[in-house]
Parts: sequence; C-alpha cells; structure tokens
Amino acid sequence: MAEPGHHGVPHAQAGEFDNAELVHPKTFLGKYVWSQDAKVIAIQYGITAIAIGLVALVLSILMRLQLGFPNTFALIDPSSYLQYVTMHGMIMVVYLLTALFLGAFGNYLIPLMCGARDMAFPYLNMLSYWFYLAAVLILLASFFVPGGATGAGWTLYPPQAISPGTPGVDGGILLMLASLGVFIAGFTMGGLNYVVTVLQARTRGMTLMRLPLTIWGIFMATVMALLAFPALLVAILMMLCDMLLGTSFFMPEMLNLGEQSTHAGGSPLLYQHLFWFFGHPEVYIVALPAFGIVSDILATHARKNIFGYRMMVWAIIIIGVLSFVVWAHHMFISGMNPYFGFLFATTTLIIAVPTAIKVYNWVLTLWRGNIHMTVPMLFAIGFIFTFVNGGLSGLFLGNVTVDVPLADTYFVVGHFHMVMAVAPVLVVFGAMYHWYPKITGRMLDDTLGKIHFWVTFLGTYAIFYPMHFMGFAGVPRRYYGYGETAYIPDSIQTLNAFMSVAAIIVALVQLVFFYNLIRSYFRGREAGPNPWQATTLEWQTEHTPPRHGNFGAELPVVYRWAYDYGVPGAKHDFIPQNMPPDEVEKVDPMSQETAQGRLPS
Amino acid sequence: MAIAVAVIVLAVGSVLFFFLSPWYLTPLASNWGTIDDTITITLWVTGAVFLAVNLFLAYVVVRYRFNKRRRSQYDPENKSLELWLTGLTTLGIAGLLAPGLLVWGAFVSPPEEAHQVEVVGQQWHWSFRFPGEDGRFGAAHNRFIGERNPFGMVDDPAGQDDILITSPHLVLPVDRPVKMVLRSKDVLHNVKVANFRAKMDMVPGQTSYFWFTPTVVGEYEIVCAQLCGIAHFAMRGRIEVVDQEVFDAWLGEQPTYADLAQLAPGDPEAGAERYATCAACHGAEGQGNQALNAPKLAGLDAWYLERQLGLFRSGARGSHEDDTYGQQMRPFATMLPDRQAIADVSAYIETLPDQPTEASLADGDPERGARRYRTCANCHGQQGEGIRATNGPRLAGLPDWYLERQLQNFRHGVRGRHRDDPYGNQMIEMAQVLVDDRAVRDVVAYITTLPQPRVDMAAVNTGGVEE
Repeated sequence: MAEPGHHGVPHAQAGEFDNAELVHPKTFLGKYVWSQDAKVIAIQYGITAIAIGLVALVLSILMRLQLGFPNTFALIDPSSYLQYVTMHGMIMVVYLLTALFLGAFGNYLIPLMCGARDMAFPYLNMLSYWFYLAAVLILLASFFVPGGATGAGWTLYPPQAISPGTPGVDGGILLMLASLGVFIAGFTMGGLNYVVTVLQARTRGMTLMRLPLTIWGIFMATVMALLAFPALLVAILMMLCDMLLGTSFFMPEMLNLGEQSTHAGGSPLLYQHLFWFFGHPEVYIVALPAFGIVSDILATHARKNIFGYRMMVWAIIIIGVLSFVVWAHHMFISGMNPYFGFLFATTTLIIAVPTAIKVYNWVLTLWRGNIHMTVPMLFAIGFIFTFVNGGLSGLFLGNVTVDVPLADTYFVVGHFHMVMAVAPVLVVFGAMYHWYPKITGRMLDDTLGKIHFWVTFLGTYAIFYPMHFMGFAGVPRRYYGYGETAYIPDSIQTLNAFMSVAAIIVALVQLVFFYNLIRSYFRGREAGPNPWQATTLEWQTEHTPPRHGNFGAELPVVYRWAYDYGVPGAKHDFIPQNMPPDEVEKVDPMSQETAQGRLPS
Repeated sequence: MAIAVAVIVLAVGSVLFFFLSPWYLTPLASNWGTIDDTITITLWVTGAVFLAVNLFLAYVVVRYRFNKRRRSQYDPENKSLELWLTGLTTLGIAGLLAPGLLVWGAFVSPPEEAHQVEVVGQQWHWSFRFPGEDGRFGAAHNRFIGERNPFGMVDDPAGQDDILITSPHLVLPVDRPVKMVLRSKDVLHNVKVANFRAKMDMVPGQTSYFWFTPTVVGEYEIVCAQLCGIAHFAMRGRIEVVDQEVFDAWLGEQPTYADLAQLAPGDPEAGAERYATCAACHGAEGQGNQALNAPKLAGLDAWYLERQLGLFRSGARGSHEDDTYGQQMRPFATMLPDRQAIADVSAYIETLPDQPTEASLADGDPERGARRYRTCANCHGQQGEGIRATNGPRLAGLPDWYLERQLQNFRHGVRGRHRDDPYGNQMIEMAQVLVDDRAVRDVVAYITTLPQPRVDMAAVNTGGVEE
C-alpha cells in the first residue's frame, strides 16, 4: 500500500522530451497568435471565454430586467426573452465554463503541474483554440441573422427547436447547431491532448497518485467530455438532417401552426436521451475541475495536507463514471416510461455519496489547519457554502417524486445556478487570484479582490436562494411574464424586483475584477516565483511567468505527493513536490520555533 | 472571521427564511399529500445537513485561523472517520430515497376505478376529451387533424360518443381519481396545476399520463410547464373541481364527436336576412363606419365572427363597464337566437367583398411596429392573414382606429378579462408586450401596411354571395 506521502522510487515516463527539442517561436505571431505554447493557448482560451461570457452576463441582466420590471422595456419581447434565456444558458455552460476549465485552466496547468514541457500535441492544441474561436464567432453571428438567435431553450428540444412558433427557426438554430459541431471538433482536439499529456508526459516520479487534485479533476472531466460530447454531436447532426433533409429522427407527425408537417415517426424523446447523455456528464465536466482546483486552493492556503487524498481521487472517478448513468433524472416528467424513474432516482441519489464525501474532506482539510484568509481562500469557502446549498437542493430534484412538483419551476433554476453556475464560477475567481501571480508575475490587489468576493458571494446568494421558494410556490420557469396567474401571489413580483437589483449589482462588481486584472498586470506587486509557498510544480519553475518549455534546462523530478504542508519535523511548513528527501531542512531540535508565517499578509 | 460570521448568518438565515417567508407550496388540492410529505422529509434531512456542515465550517474557520505560532496538523487520512461519514451519508440518502420510490410506485399506478380524460396540447391552447358512455377513447391521430376535425378523430365507432371540449376549461368531479392521458398536436407541452402537484410532459407522436384525485372543490389554473414557443407563458387554462352531480350536468351539456359532425354549417343565405340589422352600423357590405364606431367586418373569417358573436351574446365580451362600444354591440348579438343563427350570419359576412381600408392614424412608425409585430405574427400570421389553428384572427385590412382601440382595451383589461373568454385572456397577456401608447400605434401602423387582399371584382358585382 503506497502512502501518499511516501518517497517512492522515481521512474521514467514515456513521452518525456527535452527543452532542446522544443522549437521556440521567434516572431510575434508565432509567440502570441499562432502559438503552440499551452500557456499562451490557455490565455487565448481564457480571454475568449470571458469575452463571450460577458455577452451571456449581459443577456442575464436583460432577462432580469424583464422579470423584475415587466412591461417596461420595449426592447424585450417574448421572442427576445427566449433568445436571451437560450443563449445565456448555452454560452455559460459550454462556451464559458467548459472552455474556461478545460481550455484555459487545463492548458495552463496540466503541463506545468505534471512537470511536462508542453502538451503532447502542441499543433493540435493550437488548432483546438482556433476551432473554439470559430465556434464562438458562429454563435455570435446567430444574433444577426434574420429572425435572430434560437429561442428554443439551451436544451434545444425538438420539435420546437426547429418548428414555427419558436424564435430563430430560420437561421438561428442552424448556426447554433453548426457552432456546437465546430466546438465539439475543437474540444476533441484539445481533450485528446489533455488526456494523453496527463497519461504520458508526466515527469519522473509523478505517479498518478501524486497528481494534484486539480489535474485529477481536469483529467476526469476531459475523459468524460470526450465520451459525452459525441452524443451531443450525434443529436445535432440528426436534428440538422430533420431540418434540412426532411428526415424524421426526432420529428413525429405533427402540426406546424395548423399546417400538417411532412415528418412522420420520429421521437422527440430520443433527442432528450441523447442530449442528457451529454448534458448530465456536462454538469460534472464543469464541476470536477472546480472540485479539483478548490481542493488545491484549500490545501495551499490552509497550509494543510488535503484530507483523504485517495478518497478524493476515487470520489472523482466514481462521480465521473456514475454521471453517465443518471441522465434521465432530467426527464422524470418528460413522458418517457415512468418506470425508468425508479432506476434513475436511485443512481442519482447514490452519486450524492461520493459528492458528500468531497465536501466533508474539504471541510476536514481546513480542520486543524492554519488558515490564511487570502482572497483565493475566501472564494474557496464561498464555494463550499454555495455548493453545499446547491448539492442539497439536488437531493430534491433527483428524488423522482419530489421532482414532480418542482420540475420546470424556479426551484430548478435556483438549484442549477447554485451548483453549476455560482459554485464553479467562485472557483474560477479563486483560481484566478491564486494563479494570476504565476501567469503574470504580479499579485492581484487584495482590497479589490475582497470587494469582488463579498459582493459576488452575497449577491449571488440573494439572487438564487429565493428562487427555490418561487419554485415551491410553483412559479414556472422560461416565462416571459406572469400576468395574473391565480396561484402566484403578488409578493413574488416584489421578490423578482429584489433579485433583479441584486443581479445588476453582482454584474457591476465584476467590473472591479476586470479593473483589478488589468491594473495589476502593470502595477501589481511583484509576486516572486512562489508567493503562496505552494508545493506543486508550477510554483517551482525557473522563470515567472514560465517561458516556453515551462521548466529550465532539466525537468523537475518528483519525490512526494502534492500536499506536504505542515510535515512534522520539517523546518518549513511546506515541501515542494520536487524537493529530494535529503534536501528537506529538518527542525533544529533545540529551537522552539516550529511555526512558519511567511505568507504576505 | 468575517467569512465565518457570513457563513453562520447565511446558514441560519436561510433556515429562518424558510420558516418566515410567505412563499411555500400552494394549498394542496389533490391526493398527493404524500408528495408533500417527501418534500418535508427532504427539507428536514437536507436542512440538518446544511446547518451541520456550514456551522462546522464556520467553527473550523474561526478555530483554525492563521496563527504564527501554530502549524497545521499533518493528517493525511483518517480511515474510521471517513468510513463513518460515508456510512452516515449513505443512510441519510437511503432514508430520502425509500419514501421517494414508494410514492413514485403509487404515482405510476393509476387506480383501476380512475376515469379518464384526454388532454390535448397545442401551441398555445388546451383542449380535452372524455371517452363518453362506452368508456373508451376513439382512435385519434395528428395526421387527421384539420379545420373540421381539431382532435384528429379517426373514423372509429368508439369515438362517436367521445365528448370534445374545445375550450381550455375543464370540469372534474371531486374525490374521484382521474387518469389524465396526454398528447400533443405539435411541440412539447406540460399540463400543470400547482395545487395538484402532479404533472407530465405531453409529447407529439405518443401519449403519456399521470393521475390524481382532486380533493378540494374549487377553481385551479392550468399553466404550461414545458417551453413550447413564444406564447408559452400565455398558455393557460382552468380546471374546476365540482361535486359529482354538477359534473354530470356539465358533461351532459358538452357535445360529442357525433353531435359536432352533424352540426349544420352556416348558411349564408339565411345569414343575409339576419345581417340586415347589422348593416345599419357596419354597412351593407360590412365596410364599417368609423363615425358610428362600427368596425369593418368584411374580410374576417366566419370562425372568428362566430366566436365573437358568441362572446357578445353570452356577455363574455362587451360587459366591461369601460367597454362603451362593446356594450352597444351586446343587445344586437343577443337578438341572435341560437348557435345556428350565429353560424349563418357569420357565414354571410365571410362572403362580403373585402375592400381595402384607408389609414386614419398618422403618428405610428411602421418600422418600429414591424419589430413589435414579430410577437403577433406567431398567432396572427406573418402577413396578418390570421391562423385558425392558433385562434388568431385576421388583422390585415382591419381599420387602424379599431385595432388601436382593441389593443388598448386588451392592455387595460377592458376586453378579454372575462373568465369565459380564454383567447381574450391570452391577448391580455400578449398585449403587455406593447409597453406604451406609442408601441400600440407603431404596431397598428405596421399592420396597416400588410397586404390587403385584392378586390375581387366579380364577387363585388354579384354581391359576393356564391351560389
């Protein structure tokens, strides 16, 4: 049995290559545009994802304006409202979160944390980004075609997605499907890269059970995405055929606003199965990297080894596997054979066990730690709180009976925003504050960071927590307006206005974050190579920011797991992964000084 | 420290919010109290875990805050603690799942004695079918749906006595289990009554079902819970739960498929006589007269005229105190003795020659109106030609002063609020899209630019009546 902290025998890894073998780019274009350096590609991914994410943020504010102050804005009619709903959801889930966690953090951190010079296939990696950019541009273009973007809901359920009566059936849906296809092609290039790099290009001594949890999370999420996205690809290809070639994969005999359609025999439920076979794993494709990253933030800033590392790894793997057999919990009341409900409710609730274990272990990582209340730590704690809330509300929706009254209400909207929007985004922010010093060589401003944290954390809770109660009250989602619905009390409107104001404040405070990002790039405090005194390899690079090739003349050799914080007998409260056992300074037995307080305050 | 306080305040505050907030489940009106019970169980279990985890988190954050003199404890694993936590969690999960599955077992098994109602969803309207005396639904299929056969009934003996409810108003007997058989004519829908708890999607190409027993006499609103396009939010209906006798009486009044098939179509010739009264205000050729506030009728479809005359006659339109001109119309409509008379006069009006109307309002901007109109187009047609399937009448060719007045009436609830005017209810919802008077004038200005039918000279010469 291998103790995680055990100083194992280093062994060579296939796929390792020398700095000398890398061809360093010489031109500006080669360095920053057509770059094959994973770190540059990561930043390209990051900037593009955040840019398109801002579009989705604006769309959410437009929705909130309509919901909070109905019939005030002539610009927002039912068509545009549904278009905002659809594009906001799809952008946030796929084009922002997936791209950010895997494309941006994956690219930046996998080679560095594994101790590799670069990704296994740098050229393919570059192509992956350009495909992603093309997908984003196609998606944006759909706002400008006649009829505008699709308003079918982010799930794009047929028949409505391609039938009259839904906005964007002329061109919008076509561009949405095309964009997803391009995205999936690009993602596959990147994803294969991440998997191969993790499996083949780890440095000497970096066994799988010594990988930081960030890498485990990203790795497992990528494996899942590679298995899940093809289901979506098949679904959109079939939908394109139904739309353009007159096939009937998903389209039954039906009417189009009174006219008999030419379709016959298709099954709308088939699409839903394919979509959620992708869609549910997609939740964890977003969540697992967040799980991994938050584990590393917690350990580093609490100066404490991660609690139950092996359990954490297995929980990630089990969640990954189980998430492929729970998809139909999105379809409990879809009209599928209701007996499926027994199976899918059971698998869904089982998945709560490894997820709960992860939460316990995060809290137990803080337990008996020495917690530095840095900005990344604030975001990590904010994440735990939000995720506990969102995870627990999942127990309502996953338990088939309870789902019946709550499905398609604001309870669902509240739940998934807590669990897969706010929680992962808090991790994204925490991660940016955590790794920005490595990426730029400068620290982000602490005060601005705290303002950003507090308003975002409290504000998002004010937006999404009350939604659960609207759900209890039966308020349906995807409604342009509620008019005079007999069973909905007027006070819901007041609540909606309150949530809208909170949403606007949260959106505005993101400007503080962007200001911080830009200002600190030029005027932030010098960070030095390892400002958080972290153990993982990215902090041990020769240069900060790391140059092409990541490490100096020699690749680091790994002697220990990623969580040697507070090791008894060691002089410092952390031991980098690449520090040989005989170089670890021991405590002077005569000295009383055992604690280290070296973090910048 | 601040974060610990925040976590405590938020955790405790969230629980208090639950107890203090006015927003919770709507009053239960069905047998599905067991669903509410599973919700309550889930609330207690998750609430306890929520408090325990977060309060412990807050404690840890305070207790183990940074201290220069201390070092964190090196403690990679703790097998027994991990096992305990896993075991307890598993128990808790099982405790949630078991009642959930038990209730689901009941949910998927309608009782033998349940009577059946078919709910038919379409963009953006509900209709219902009872199986009639034989207790069996006649075969029906989307392929057979047409203007005269909105339910898509197949020629099937079992279908002759099926009772068809075309308005989105359903009546159900109290304390009798009912199995709702669901189908859709077009896209996905979901029939939801919050007070009944149960709901299910309706999927074209197949049927689905759920069952419940209404337990409280009263009136409940149906909403659509599955995104079905632009007017999803305005797809409303009503279920009235009544005593068995009241239900029987109501059901007895509803037409069967056979009744409807035998209904004589409107006779334009008989209608011509009746129209003489109308001509005084609306003009001999239905051209309308603005001075008398009488709108143009020529060019409107008979089905729409029938519906409006019916509404005027029953008082569902023209009875609002602020609807002066509607009130004027009412006595004339009540002069029509029966359904046949309404059908006749409507059929006659449909034959009147449609003359183009002149614009009388000058201050609307048709370009801005075009953008507003895209909402309207879904039911009334891109060219304002009217779509019967969506119950949207023709708009092109109607006088602009009339359109403006009616849109304002809808916006202010002067028209369309009556409980027996479901399409009017829907128009009230939709008219909210027009946020101010300018928006109304803009969209009206756009509608006046829509192509009006060419005048059929032959029809004019023969008085428009086809022999």
